[in-house]
Amino acid sequence: MRRKALAFDHFLHLNVGKCSNFGSGVIFEYNGSALVAMVGKNCFAIASDRRLGVQLQTIATDFQKIYRIHHTLFIGLAGLATDTQTLYQRLVFRHKLYHLREERDMKPETFASLVSAVLYEKRFGPYFCQPVIAGLGDDDKPFICTMDSIGAKELAKDFVVAGTASESLYGACESMFKPDMEAEELFETISQALISSVDRDCLSGWGGHVYLVTPTEVTERILKGRMD
Amino acid sequence: MTRFEESAPVKGGFSFDLCKRNEMLVQKGLKPSSYLKTGTTIVGLVFRDGVILGADTRATEGPIVADKNCEKIHYMAPNIYCCGAGTAADTEAVTDMVSSQLKLHRFHTGRDSRVVTALTLLKSHLFSYQGHVSAALVLGGVDVTGPHLHTIYPHGSTDTLPFATMGSGSLAAMAIFESKYREGLTRDEGVKLVAEAISSGIFNDLGSGSNVDVCVITKGNREYLRNYMLPNLRTYVSEKGYSFSKKTEVLMTKITPLRELVEVNEGGDAMEE
Repeated sequence: MRRKALAFDHFLHLNVGKCSNFGSGVIFEYNGSALVAMVGKNCFAIASDRRLGVQLQTIATDFQKIYRIHHTLFIGLAGLATDTQTLYQRLVFRHKLYHLREERDMKPETFASLVSAVLYEKRFGPYFCQPVIAGLGDDDKPFICTMDSIGAKELAKDFVVAGTASESLYGACESMFKPDMEAEELFETISQALISSVDRDCLSGWGGHVYLVTPTEVTERILKGRMD
Repeated sequence: MTRFEESAPVKGGFSFDLCKRNEMLVQKGLKPSSYLKTGTTIVGLVFRDGVILGADTRATEGPIVADKNCEKIHYMAPNIYCCGAGTAADTEAVTDMVSSQLKLHRFHTGRDSRVVTALTLLKSHLFSYQGHVSAALVLGGVDVTGPHLHTIYPHGSTDTLPFATMGSGSLAAMAIFESKYREGLTRDEGVKLVAEAISSGIFNDLGSGSNVDVCVITKGNREYLRNYMLPNLRTYVSEKGYSFSKKTEVLMTKITPLRELVEVNEGGDAMEE
């Protein structure tokens, strides 16, 4: 927690200091991230890298990018770190209100529509975030989807990727993915796809964080990766 | 207090509160983000008994294919469908919104929706945003007045045509239509022509690809043929797949059980009455 406070102090300093420009970089490459979610047999896995950086400088190596909405629904947020945290707080607020009114948790499909609506509302001044949503729906059927920064949903039956390492992730997942994998094999596949893709991206890395969700348990693992 | 109100569900429409911050970021040298576009080939034609709509299934994010099998033919009413090209979020949002408005209108009037109603709702929304809502649509349906096919441009202008194409692959598809279209086509001929036009877009335009979706609307009936043709199946798929002999190194594992294990007490004391 202490390190997170340092991260945002630094961000403020960058804005008020004389060298407060973003270079010719794209806003999505300011902090760096890699996110991937994959579907298995009655289970799913969602993984992210752990780096928080300010362009080419690394600020934290334990930054959380995957957030839990309820016990079988996770959202990973890639893009500008400040927007991801604000967006997560807004979404958790909306889900809590929903839970109070409906007396049950939101289904993943409903949550995806909510995220899409929240993002499209800001169509002409968007949040610089790309969400990856993964959850277990009715009959423990896994559901994954991703969106661009203005809420265009992309439902997939196999895998979804987001972040600065997304181009490498597309390639790695396309070749490593097999349909109907069991939990342990799914974990192995998603970890290998994540680690190999972030090794080819300067802005993401410093290990991996994988959540593997089956109908009976949630397994959270930290992966060892290259620290460069 | 103000911040709390901002987070609560708003009454609808766009909110512009991040615009000033985003403008500041752009001035500091940041390029705005790229959105998911549907490069696209979308077509429609009027045949003897109704309307046939067709679309490819590729969604792109810059030069990368983000979705290999997305749905571009959107439902508007049981007798009206709409194909969308342009920014994916805009086409989805605008067709969903008009579809809801049409449903309310059906409840209000007690009649089936007409294609011109959908047309007017779409064009007035797009015109009021002066082209910033980047959605180019091909709207088709059959109502009491007969079959109708319209194209709607992002700035709000519309055309009524017997055959139409939109999107980056529209020239490739229009070439097929201009040479082979004639009035009074049968259903099979119409579907074959639409599939051929979309295939022409898929193979000749880089922004379109993957599969062909077709939707046939006739009086009182519609058939949504999702993935009607799959001309781009993956070749050379390895039977073995990938297997990892060396396992990934894990630093920490935390398992949270979702269902609590209930303790069963066999042969315990009976409850006292």
